[in-house]
Amino acid sequence: MTHKTLVQIAKDLAAGKYSSREITQDIIADIKARDTVYNSFISLSEDLALGQADAADARIKVGNADTLTGVPFAHKDLFCTQGHTTTAASKMLANFVPPYESTVGQRLLSAGAVCVGKTNMDEFAMGSSNESSFFGAVKNPWDLNAVPGGSSGGSAAAVAAGFVPAATGTDTGGSIRQPASFCNLTGIKPTYGRVSRFGIIAYASSLDQAGPMCQTAEDAAIMLNAMAGFDEQDSTSVQQETPDFTAELNLPLHGLKVGLPKEFFGPGLNPQVAECIMAAVKEIEKLGAQIIDISLPNLELSIPAYYVIAPSEASSNLSRFDGVRYGYRCDKPENLMDLYCRTRAEGFGTEVKRRIMVGTYALSEGYYDAYYVKAQRIRRLIKDDFARALSQVDVIMGPVAPTPAFDLGSNTKDPVAMYLEDIYTLSANMAGIPAMSAPAGFVNGRPVGLHIMGNYFAEAKLLNIAHQYQQVTDWHLQTPTSNSVPVSNQEKGA
Amino acid sequence: MSWEIVIGLEIHVQLATKSKLFSGAKAGFGAAPNTQTTLVDLGMPGALPVFNQEALRMAVAFGTAIDAEVCKHSVFARKNYFYPDSPKGYQTSQMDHPIVGLGHLDIQLEDRSIKRIGVTRAHLEEDAGKSLHEDYDGMTGIDLNRSSTPLLEIVSEPDMRNAKEAVAYMRKMHAIVTTIGISDGNMAEGSMRCDANVSIRPKGQEKLGTRAELKNINSFKFIERAINVEVERQIDILEDGGKIVQETRLYDSDKNETRPMRSKEEANDYRYFPCPDLLPIEIDDAYIDAIRQSLPELPDQRSARFVSQLGLSEYDASVLSASRTLADYFEAVVLVCNDAKLSANWVTGELSKYMNQHNVEIDQVPVTAVHLGQLINRIMDDTINSKGAKAVFDELWNQAGEVDAIIDANGLKQVSDIGAIEAMVDDVIASSPKQVQQYADAEVEKRGKMLGFFMGQVMKASKGSANPGQVNGLLKKKLDLLC
Repeated sequence: MTHKTLVQIAKDLAAGKYSSREITQDIIADIKARDTVYNSFISLSEDLALGQADAADARIKVGNADTLTGVPFAHKDLFCTQGHTTTAASKMLANFVPPYESTVGQRLLSAGAVCVGKTNMDEFAMGSSNESSFFGAVKNPWDLNAVPGGSSGGSAAAVAAGFVPAATGTDTGGSIRQPASFCNLTGIKPTYGRVSRFGIIAYASSLDQAGPMCQTAEDAAIMLNAMAGFDEQDSTSVQQETPDFTAELNLPLHGLKVGLPKEFFGPGLNPQVAECIMAAVKEIEKLGAQIIDISLPNLELSIPAYYVIAPSEASSNLSRFDGVRYGYRCDKPENLMDLYCRTRAEGFGTEVKRRIMVGTYALSEGYYDAYYVKAQRIRRLIKDDFARALSQVDVIMGPVAPTPAFDLGSNTKDPVAMYLEDIYTLSANMAGIPAMSAPAGFVNGRPVGLHIMGNYFAEAKLLNIAHQYQQVTDWHLQTPTSNSVPVSNQEKGA
Repeated sequence: MSWEIVIGLEIHVQLATKSKLFSGAKAGFGAAPNTQTTLVDLGMPGALPVFNQEALRMAVAFGTAIDAEVCKHSVFARKNYFYPDSPKGYQTSQMDHPIVGLGHLDIQLEDRSIKRIGVTRAHLEEDAGKSLHEDYDGMTGIDLNRSSTPLLEIVSEPDMRNAKEAVAYMRKMHAIVTTIGISDGNMAEGSMRCDANVSIRPKGQEKLGTRAELKNINSFKFIERAINVEVERQIDILEDGGKIVQETRLYDSDKNETRPMRSKEEANDYRYFPCPDLLPIEIDDAYIDAIRQSLPELPDQRSARFVSQLGLSEYDASVLSASRTLADYFEAVVLVCNDAKLSANWVTGELSKYMNQHNVEIDQVPVTAVHLGQLINRIMDDTINSKGAKAVFDELWNQAGEVDAIIDANGLKQVSDIGAIEAMVDDVIASSPKQVQQYADAEVEKRGKMLGFFMGQVMKASKGSANPGQVNGLLKKKLDLLC
């Protein structure tokens, strides 16, 4: 059953090769058997899943099925699932059972998809390695010494390990794209506002955006079709018609203008990663694209600006976790202040506390202008950079991360080194543009992702490029189990 | 030393929207705890606010009603602080970009002059829930029904110079918000409450003194008392050589004193920043003009109409239009009796006197406008005289029944039978020879004054029911014949 694509499973279900109940049972058994190695799931929702699977089977039987009907997937444990724990990988919410379903979850369930469980992640989506989870680190299925990336590391590992064909993720500064890159997946962060944030536990509201993580661009397009759409419960969701993201997959790339920002290929970039990316760009050039050198001069500023804006919003968003209404509460509080202090000191992990402190500082009287206001000005500069660049080219390409997946534990002592991991991904969140990662090769057996960024609402274009690229390459088809050591680009002569 | 009092008010008006500011829950008073809440009001993880457009319309209506700048671009900001009845850990409010900018309000002072009070701004914000400290065995209960209820906070300039001005300002605001229908104005239920910033400074000094903020005052009477008692406190401190501490104080109406709210040493840094879950509010001239056009007659306009159409004095017109319910009552009286001046006299006179004595507001008076109108009709058709009318009014206040029935039951009908009056006049003259002699001895121009004694005697004899005009005429004629 492992590593079947979503499209393949949908076909099998339609052909009656197996029922949704059967594949759901198989998947849950598989996770129980093998996930002890990866730790990609925080919880399984077996009973709910089987109920959903039976309903899906009934729909299939009467011919009322969508593509996703009966297809199993996993939710990042940041999406509220009605009647099933939603932890944000935090001790704070280890016992929290939401009374409602997120909009994205509701849309997927309405399409008939089956949620088998909740995946591991960095606590409250704060991290780039999935090492800040209260439920333990996740191991990269490609190399058990490596991190899977973060914060959607559990989702990435669950798909890469072959448990599920698709998982949801959220991307605030790269949290879909970087783990997709590290785990050889196709993951897309849509335009800000394309997918409803309602029911997704907020990290940084002005940057958070949910998207799918799959093996292929086609699967991602199908998932995004279900996930995207205006939601009146999210004021920042965009009131715009949602296109069929699969409709443009097969368009040729003739005349496509691809911009390569010189800032994406600077000194911090691992040379072997650079080679993978340039080989991929070459491949796309062969498909008829025109490659143009461009510049995003303020890229470097995205790190300091992001690490002011995101923690500022987070410090406020996480204030509701106070031990009063739900979630963790410290033992025997002496008074109100004691309840607040100990609940939050005991309930939050180190990285979350660090960001709350940074954000609280940045918003404080006397510092607000120097930090928050200035960071917003930088955000505007970054937006303008993209606007300028995207008036010259259709899409921008580069690496997703400066390195392949790094070793577990290698960055945990130096938060700033960890923050530098996000240099190429943060700017898309700051500008609100769509961006994705597609498998583009390996360095020492660890995957490398090609970063494709486009203009607002250009998701179909990005998926079209990734899909066309996947028609002439097979990086995305490689699995950790398909061959013991994947060959590198050079050896394969791509 | 002579002190000048400086007062600024922050008035919180609960907007009368059907649902809350950021959720679809019902916004109302008195439901069982936590029954009027949604995921948003409970501060559930992942829940997001959606701005109630009706609250926007109401805020804009207020801005146009006080002729203030209505801002086409305004922004919700988060005010961050921890408290158990603040479920998100922040209150969504407006900071740098409020919906309503500079405006003003004209109030009438006791000497009948008009004073203009500046309105700094008015902004939209959500209310917090309530902490319930009783009935929970030493624990605190949290009721989030009020959480996210829409408020309009109206901030004045420090333009008021005594407690009476503050009350007049508050009353005028009350009249406006109830007239344009954006609030029920129910102060007992907290639909309108205010914080008063009070300071004093030596007369003639320009620099403002240190202020105290008196929190959550919810009646007109308490505003006046709280300010006065706070001013006395500050004067005592300064005249004893002390210093005023800038702090938040609570008015205790039972003890008639203000006292500091606890834990003010921890200076709050609210870390305001634009709320990333809500888009900035963008509105255009067409939107604002449409709302301006749909405003009902405002208190000042109504006052002007009372002068021009009904012929009232400016003072009466302004007193009667100061409250929507009072003005409505007055107009209902006029509708029945068709005499605006008499109606105004009765409403501002006898009715107001009784309201003060019995400490009730106009919407609670037991005398209906129709009854008062009928009473005035009976004065005009000479059925009763003014003394009898007052007696009838008293009966009406005690809800004794219909006007005519009261007149009959109490024998208040005015005696206009000339024969009966003449008999009483003759009796009085016959039994007062001394006074008749004095009258006759007096110079002609002084006799008018001396008539009063005989008038009183006749009215007494008639138990007040004689028509005073007829009595006066007969007395004069008969006495002059004796001289």
